[in-house]
This record gives sequence, C-alpha cells and structure tokens, in this order.
Amino acid sequence: MMKRLMLTFGLWLCSIAGAQASLEIVITEGVDSARPIGVVPFDWQGFGDVPLDISKVVADDLRRSGAFNPIAVNQMPQTPKDDSEVDFDAWAALGVEAVLVGSVVAAEQEGQYTVSYTLVDILRGQAAGNQELRDGVLVQTFDHVLLDRFRTVSEPQMRQMGHLISDRVYQALTGERGAFLTRIAYVVVDENASYPFQLRVADYDGFNESTLLRSQEPLMSPSWSPDGRKLAYVSFENRKAEIYIHDIYNQQRELVSSYPGINGAPQWSPDGNSLALVLSKGGQPDIYVMDLETKQLRQLTKGRRIDTEPTWMPSGKELLFTSERGGNPQIYSVNLDSNRIKRVTWEGDMNLGGSVVPDGSALVMVSRVNGEFRISRQDFDTGYVQVLTRTRLDESPTVAPNGSMIMYSTVAGGKQVLALVSMDGRFKATLPAKAGNVRAPAWSPFLN
Amino acid sequence: MQLKDLLKAACLGVAALGLAACSSNSVTDSDVSSQESTGGSQQVGEGAQQGGADVEIDGVSPILTAEEQERQRVEAMRQESQVVYFEFDRSEISGEFIEILEAHAAYLLDNPSVTVLIEGHTDERGTPEYNVALGERRAKAVARHLQSLGVLASQISTVSYGQEKPVNSSHTEAAWAANRRAVLVY
Repeated sequence: MMKRLMLTFGLWLCSIAGAQASLEIVITEGVDSARPIGVVPFDWQGFGDVPLDISKVVADDLRRSGAFNPIAVNQMPQTPKDDSEVDFDAWAALGVEAVLVGSVVAAEQEGQYTVSYTLVDILRGQAAGNQELRDGVLVQTFDHVLLDRFRTVSEPQMRQMGHLISDRVYQALTGERGAFLTRIAYVVVDENASYPFQLRVADYDGFNESTLLRSQEPLMSPSWSPDGRKLAYVSFENRKAEIYIHDIYNQQRELVSSYPGINGAPQWSPDGNSLALVLSKGGQPDIYVMDLETKQLRQLTKGRRIDTEPTWMPSGKELLFTSERGGNPQIYSVNLDSNRIKRVTWEGDMNLGGSVVPDGSALVMVSRVNGEFRISRQDFDTGYVQVLTRTRLDESPTVAPNGSMIMYSTVAGGKQVLALVSMDGRFKATLPAKAGNVRAPAWSPFLN
Repeated sequence: MQLKDLLKAACLGVAALGLAACSSNSVTDSDVSSQESTGGSQQVGEGAQQGGADVEIDGVSPILTAEEQERQRVEAMRQESQVVYFEFDRSEISGEFIEILEAHAAYLLDNPSVTVLIEGHTDERGTPEYNVALGERRAKAVARHLQSLGVLASQISTVSYGQEKPVNSSHTEAAWAANRRAVLVY
C-alpha cells in the first residue's frame, strides 16, 4: 500500500548500492607544497587476486587532501613489506618524510581479511635507526613507528578500511583528524530519466553510491543529522515544498513540515534535537527552529524581507542566515538567547548560502564578485574575506567535518557538477558525473 | 476534422438505413446545425441519405459585436500568454505584462469557480534556497496584481520552485531570461 502510494505521487524509495564510482574526483589544481609520502603497495597473502588495492585508496585519499603528494609506485626506491625492511636513507633522499607499509592476509574465515599497516617516520628512523644497543645487545627499536595497527574486515568493508587508514595517517602527520571515512549526500537531476530528481548518498570520493529517493518533482537542500544516520531535505512530491526526515539505514521517512508556502532550507542543530528551517506561512520567508520531539516552532526572524538559509554555529546558541533586509542578500547572525540580530558580512554586493566551519572560526559562503557567484571564506576574528574559486555559478558550499575542504556545486562543461576546494583555496578538484546534473552537496559528519 | 465529419456522415447513413442506432448526439447536432446555418459553405451530399459517406459539413462564425470581439481577443491572449518574465533578482511586474494579467483577471472574474496556480521561478544564479524565496515573491506579486483586479484570494494559490525547474537549462543570458518567470497554471 505504502509503495503504491509512493508510486502515485511519482517517486520511488530505493537503495541500490554499487562499488563503482559515479562521481570521480579529478584534481584540477594541486599544491606545490604538498608533502611527499610513500604509500607502498600492501603485501597480499592469499589465493588469487587481492580483493581491493587498499594502498591505492589510501594514496588517492592523501593526494586529494591537498596536503600530501604520494609518490608513484614506479618511482619508489623499494617496496618494503614491513617496517623492518624500510631503507630510511633511500626514502629520505627523495624528500619523503613518512612511508606507509602494510599487508592484507586472507583470514581463516572465508571472505575475511586481516589488514595490517605501519606508518614509518623516515627522518626519525634515519637519525636513530631501527636497532640500538641495550646492555650490549642489539635490539629492535620502534621509535620511528608512528602507527602500527591491524583489523579484520570483510571484502565489502575493505574500501572503508582504506579510508580509515587514511584518516589515521592524516592525523598522525598533520595533527588534525582526517575526513576520508565520510559520506556525501547530493541531488542528481537527469531530465532523461523517468524520475528526473534523485537523492543519492556516496562515500566522499563518489564510490558506493546509493539512491535514496527518486522523484518526478524537485528535491532540495539535504542536511545530515549529527549522527550521520538521517537526512532532512525538501521534496516537492506533493506539488509543494515540504520537509522530510529520512533514515538512510531503515528507509523510514517522516514528513515534518508542510505549512502553507515555503518549507525550506532545513539544517540540523549540533545537538540533533532541533531543525532550523525557513517557513513563509507568516507572509514572507522567516527563520524558525523546530523542536523535533514536540514539532513546536520558535520564530526567530520577522519582517517583510527575505530571510533564509539558516546555518548553525557549533555552539548551537547562534544561527547565521541570509537576509536582504539591507537591500541585497547579506549574512546576519541571530542569538538564540537574546534574539539579537547582527550583520556579519560587509564586503561585496551579495553574500549568501553561508556555512560555518566546524571549529566556528570562519564562514564559508557564496559571494557575488564582478557579477559572478564564487565560493569565499570570511574569518570571524579578523573579518578577512578570501575568494576561493574562479568559477561563475558556484553554490551550496558544504564543509568537511574536519574543516579542511569545501565541496560545492558549480557549472563545468555545460553541466552542473560537484567540486572541491581546500580551505585556503590552493587545492581544487571536480567530481564529474557519468550522467545528469549534480547539485546540493551535503558533507556528512564524521562516521567513525 | 475531416475524418470526424466523415464518421458523422457514416453514422447518419447507417441511421437512415435503420440498421443500427448511432449513440452520439452529435449526429443530430451537426445535422441540425447544418440545416440552420445561414450563408454557409456546407454541402450535404445525396449519399448522406443513402448510406454513403460523401458529405462535407462545415460551419461559420456568428457575427460578433465589438464587445464579443474584444472578449475573444482577451481570451485568446489569456490562453496564449501564461507567463510573466522578470528582471534579475527582481519581482516587479513590468508594464508589458499588465494587459495579459488583466485578461487572466477577467477570466477568473467570469468564472469564480475556476482556480489558478501561480508558479514562481528564477534563473540559476544565486543559491537554490534564496531562489525559492525569490520565486515565491514573484508568484505573490502576480497573485497580488490579480487580486487588485478583483480576483478572489480563494481562486489563487502559489508555489515557488526557485531555480529547480528551468525551461531552458543552458547557462546563458538568454536561458536565464527565459527562466525568470511566473507561470499561471489552470
């Protein structure tokens, strides 16, 4: 019955998983200062072919972070199987500061694999060696070992295991948490499909894509719950804007907002208990906060002008939003305790679509620069604004949970595609899609 | 048109032969109108009486008063023009669309049971969420204009799709101009 109902409204709930990447990250601007690193192909101990080249997943992750430059396998001085085989001097001669070695061993239980990895600090190893004399005996030392771990995983989990290793390596070498074991939600619009609007979720690198919802009417503004389990989004399946909450694991959907007029721009609060949203039931679009337990609304803005695009400060005590109360759209803040509203952006004739970085130090937004819409970053303490992109139709910026990277939607080659830019603007990549236009990206929270 | 008339004629013929009753009233209607029309070009062939299909039935327009002519012109305009276009980031209705909206208002006043849905749309520039707000403002500008002409609020509803449903999905000035619109849907 439910299925039938869905069909009559012209949409389809589904979950089609595949390991293939429908999006693929292509680096368009690298960073000269990216640090050389050795990611040695993992040693395979099992029958037949290795199920997945994990070290390639790790090398790709680290390269796409913009912070590292994994050297090509055919440029490596050696391919050691474990840390005891590492020739520190040979790697140091290439300027490599760290080398990752590892192995994949087929476990006794079929379909299970034990993945081990060791991250070796070349400079420390070069200085101290991996042996020292203790009480007149030559012993192995491990001062140069930054990471040494293993885990047994099933074949479908191996790609995630690769991202997990990338997270660990990134953190060990930069001091900051990696955001490789994360997902993105986005909307694909394919005018030739029978259900042209599709809400999809994939790993951050475009692999393991699943379609959560297909519809004949627009889908907009996906937003992740802080636990990474639910998405709030806008669907026009009933020929009007309504907000749904969709559990991506069990496919349950709940209609949470269907007031007259706009029901838009949902944004989950940091504690997960409420949803900021835009309603125009009062006559014009205003910012509200909905208690998800009671569905009670609190209205935060009033007035005849457009207020939209709420985004939470990490404290959960303040929201930023776009308003054209000053003429053109600019970004303002509203304090939830005092209800006080302050203007935040001052540079340029339009700033909108704001998203606060996870540590609360800066705002990422869409700025109109010479008539073109570009991604920019404004630091809160100095007010300094840096335009990060050079394209003309950028929108929907979303920040990686570690604050290192911004994903956004832009137009390239006549199609809407997703793109990446690092927080300093120096690294850029696009994620061309196989079919359709891709927009409205939302980067998940940390999933591990 | 011709085929329909031929079928009607065939029906007539069959009825005349008394073999079967034609179910459609249109038989009598077209028969009567063809008899009553004046100065027409219709020709009822001999075959019609004898079960043949060799007829051509046509009609003429009645002589219209000036008032009726004006009404028809307005109705034709209403049927042809359901779209109001806007400037970038604006929602004011420009003068060239006033007459079209007057035609829609006249129709809605004449037909109080008819309702209209006004869809607001924008071009792709700016952000999707802001554009939903802008599209709503455009739809409401059209709604307010109709109401100022006497149309009942209960006859009008609005929806904004923002930039999500372009009529032209290329990324050019011309496409943007075509997409910045409000559409009246009956």
